[in-house]
Amino acid sequence: MDKKIEDKLYTLKYKTDTECHLIPDESKCLHCLEKTCTIVCPANVYNYSETDKKITVSYEKCLECGACRIACKYIDWKYPKSGKGVIFKKS
Amino acid sequence: MAEENLQNKTDVIVIGAGPAGVSAAITVARGGKSVVLVERAPFAGAKNMYGGVIYTHAAKEIFPNFEEAPIERYIAKHSYVLLSEKDSTQISYQNPEHEKNAFVAIRAKWDKWCVEQAMKEGVYFAPNTLVRELILKDGKVCGIKTDFEDYYADIVIIADGVNSLLAKQIGLRKNIKPKNVALGVKEVIKLPQEVINKRFALENIQGCAMEIVGKPLENLFGMGIVYTNKDSIAVGFGVSLEDLKNHKIKPYELLDRLKQHPFVADLIQGGELIEYSAHLIPEGGYRAIPKLYADGVMVTGDAAGLVNNVHFEGTNLAMMSGKYAGETALNALEHNDFSSNMLCLYAKKLENSFVMKDMKTYKDVVHILGSRTGAFLNYYPYSINKFFDIFTCADGKPKKEKFQKFTKDFFTKRSLSELFKDAIAGIKIVFGILK
Repeated sequence: MDKKIEDKLYTLKYKTDTECHLIPDESKCLHCLEKTCTIVCPANVYNYSETDKKITVSYEKCLECGACRIACKYIDWKYPKSGKGVIFKKS
Repeated sequence: MAEENLQNKTDVIVIGAGPAGVSAAITVARGGKSVVLVERAPFAGAKNMYGGVIYTHAAKEIFPNFEEAPIERYIAKHSYVLLSEKDSTQISYQNPEHEKNAFVAIRAKWDKWCVEQAMKEGVYFAPNTLVRELILKDGKVCGIKTDFEDYYADIVIIADGVNSLLAKQIGLRKNIKPKNVALGVKEVIKLPQEVINKRFALENIQGCAMEIVGKPLENLFGMGIVYTNKDSIAVGFGVSLEDLKNHKIKPYELLDRLKQHPFVADLIQGGELIEYSAHLIPEGGYRAIPKLYADGVMVTGDAAGLVNNVHFEGTNLAMMSGKYAGETALNALEHNDFSSNMLCLYAKKLENSFVMKDMKTYKDVVHILGSRTGAFLNYYPYSINKFFDIFTCADGKPKKEKFQKFTKDFFTKRSLSELFKDAIAGIKIVFGILK
């Protein structure tokens, strides 16, 4: 059986940044029906919490591909700081 | 003034140590000028993945000793696969004379090796260095702001990849549209070398590059890939970001569906997932190419959208664009002129090479295919499989009725007007390429 996304991400090495480099504009998320970020992200970084009515951002899982920043224009998207973030070794 | 600080000043700064950046930097160093290659990752290749190959012609041009590099396999076999629900049709092409035309390498190893060669030739490599923004003076790019210090140069070459935040900062490009990029997602699956050779009918370090259309991608504009490494197999796809968004499909779930197709499942059976990765691929083609230069700056590789999606070429366009940018920088340094008037030489070099010629040749193909995804990437592959199903299946029933039903289905399951539009699109593609 195929692994869950968390198991797939477990194959990767990360040097986790101390700060979140992906900041969605919460005021826009409130009225957003599409929640595109929760769909296109290949690392399942974005999840919508119905109880809190907000998007949670697990930036530490980010693959830095940029899919979310192109699919949604309300994410303040930066690269993690120098030397931080994901490390691909076998791709 | 910081610019006076000679310690932080070099002739050329190259941003990004991928194929474009390293080719630019080594070209400048070979011309005897000082060059700093900055990379945000701890080592070159750490942020890079591709669903592709390295082309020998470009590799040889930049690195005459490329055969010493950590090459996984040479692509001896090209396969094109059409998938339906369970069945598949495969066409393979092999030519012993062109067995070394391209090779597969793992980016963390290949990119690293390239930078090591560049360092041997005098390139100063600065890893762990993220460029936050370009520094401009009187409208001319003259340096970079990093997480640590500012650095200055007569010329800055941007090779910061598909997202190119830096080309955007200085207005060379606009925001990228979702239809102009594909999301590439890939898994590397470990299997013994002998098992891979047996499954793909290969010998020693012969490799296979497989492109896949049809199920489960269907109406999404994109293709699956299966490439052989030495002792692992890369399985993945590149699919239009716009289509993933509109069809509300999670990329890793789509990849699982591709892996579960009997054709792919047989190839990777028993293997162990050793790395998952994702990256964007420029898909906008010729029309989406940004402005390639301005005062003191040039844009190369993926940052310039230089990818020929029809032929899966990107690394070679990147390397050659880097080389031309490096040559242009040398010329500019010789004449002490860093204005866009001088740097337009870079665009001319690209225009005169296969890079821009091919980008132009295919300028409409991707858009036309994209507008008829359901036909070219779904309906026709499905029909071809259906045809072979009838052609190959002996079940004691007469063939005539089966072929009659096939023909009737072919013309009723897709309306005549759609079939006609498909034909027109096909003609447009052919004429677009040949004219």
